[in-house]
Amino acid sequence: MLSKEIRNHFPILDQKINGHPLVYLDSAATSQKPRQVIEALSNYYNLDNSNVHRGVHTLGNRATEGYEGAREKVRKFINAKSTEEVIFLRGTTTALNTVAQSYGRANVGEGDEIIITYMEHHSNIIPWQQLAKEKGAVLKYVDLEEDGTLSLDKVREVITERTKIVSIMYVSNVLGTMNPIKEITEIAHAHGAVMVVDGAQAAPHLKIDVQQLDCDFFAFSGHKMCGPTGIGVLYGKKALLNNMEPVEFGGEMIDFVGLYESTWKELPWKFEGGTPIIAGAVGLGAAIDFLEEIGLDHIERHEHELAGYAMERMSEIDGLTIYGPLDPEKRAGLVTFNLDGVHPHDVATVLDMNGIAVRAGHHCAQPLMKWLDVSSTARASFYIYNTEADVDRLVDGLRIAKEYFNDVN
Amino acid sequence: MSTNNLDQLYRSVIMDHYKNPRNKGVLADNNITIDMNNPTCGDVIHLTLQVENDIVQNAKFEGEGCSISMASASMMTQIVKGKNVNEAAKLAHVFSDLMLGKDIDDSIDLGDIEALAGVAKFPARIKCATLAWKAMEKGVGNDSDATD
Repeated sequence: MLSKEIRNHFPILDQKINGHPLVYLDSAATSQKPRQVIEALSNYYNLDNSNVHRGVHTLGNRATEGYEGAREKVRKFINAKSTEEVIFLRGTTTALNTVAQSYGRANVGEGDEIIITYMEHHSNIIPWQQLAKEKGAVLKYVDLEEDGTLSLDKVREVITERTKIVSIMYVSNVLGTMNPIKEITEIAHAHGAVMVVDGAQAAPHLKIDVQQLDCDFFAFSGHKMCGPTGIGVLYGKKALLNNMEPVEFGGEMIDFVGLYESTWKELPWKFEGGTPIIAGAVGLGAAIDFLEEIGLDHIERHEHELAGYAMERMSEIDGLTIYGPLDPEKRAGLVTFNLDGVHPHDVATVLDMNGIAVRAGHHCAQPLMKWLDVSSTARASFYIYNTEADVDRLVDGLRIAKEYFNDVN
Repeated sequence: MSTNNLDQLYRSVIMDHYKNPRNKGVLADNNITIDMNNPTCGDVIHLTLQVENDIVQNAKFEGEGCSISMASASMMTQIVKGKNVNEAAKLAHVFSDLMLGKDIDDSIDLGDIEALAGVAKFPARIKCATLAWKAMEKGVGNDSDATD
């Protein structure tokens, strides 16, 4: 499918914002949803809605099939060995917190080390900060190269025999950097540490193969990959998950309840307390079908090309700084930037007045903002439905912002 | 593409305050210091006030933020000088109403601040405009908490 054709699957894109056709460039925050996903949600609620694993009735069976069918789609999508390794949670944040609260609490002790990097999203910093505080462990940061990439040498310098957990994002939501997860995993494993991957910005854009990466945990969210909000996935290696305690108790995760002792269901339900996110999982399954129909290879290539084109066009603008690696091959489909003399909020407002949605702020990466020595930035992030024409609109909008703020007064 | 609708937000008096901020800096003889940030965007303000006999004798600010937040801080420090703390706190309420698009008391002379009324039409930017005012309100309202 060509991006123009793909675009037709997204009803939201067909509207005017402040009098201009919408250009949505904030997919790193959340992607838009194709008709197929919206229909899957509406069909589920219209026809199949019921609780799972309980009802003996037909609707209960349909809901269970929808929910567990989605799990199998996710398994294939990330190439996990078994559906037991695919846990449905609310999103990346909950998944990372679950690893910290369950695996982390049981396996990290005083003086042990947890390794993260300066580019991490808050969701991959704070769970480890809290764990380190609770356990008297040491949180260590891998410094970045000048261009915002990670070097394996620096990773090797930081990881030691005391390292228990290495948790790193696959793709940076600010720099666009794609990190060498497979190589970092090898280093972590050589020191007996487990590798946790924040895949929030990777799963929507790259083919994920958890067996090839050999990572121990992989977390991602549905809403950034055409799925609904409120559904995400924690992948974990079965041997690790089997030895971990749940962090939420009650509802669907229960096996047998006694007065003073209870037992849990087996994997993956052990970690899915309460009534699960059934419609969310069904919607995520539909999103995966949609992405696979387009092809992840195609998606990745399209975004590389678009980011390359955007960087080329944006560098025509004097006083525009792009953060992260300037080599389009080293980055995913987003461009984070600042315009000299215009605060990113003002940039975003001018763009919004012209129908263009971008993100402005610290992108939940305050340590990275400090590293970049800025208080905030603007970010244009692309997805399958964006075209070169969208980039052209962005560039026109940026010129307006620049002129407006230079002329006004 | 157009810029007409932007003029509702970015009035020239706002841009003037942004580009030539009044009362920028840190008061050496301050007795009230407030640091406040807007957690969703990273804007920060460092406000220093000198309050004697319940009168705001002087006010200065430093900060990092967009045109709206910095212009608002500049205007706020200007109007608050010489006011007693109750008047200052009342102004913060009036300003808040202005941001919510509510009718405000005509008898109050807001001076340059009226230029910020257009922000009410840009809901995403209201927090930018109110940051400095919230800092001031905290400073004059809860001295014991805010004083270093």
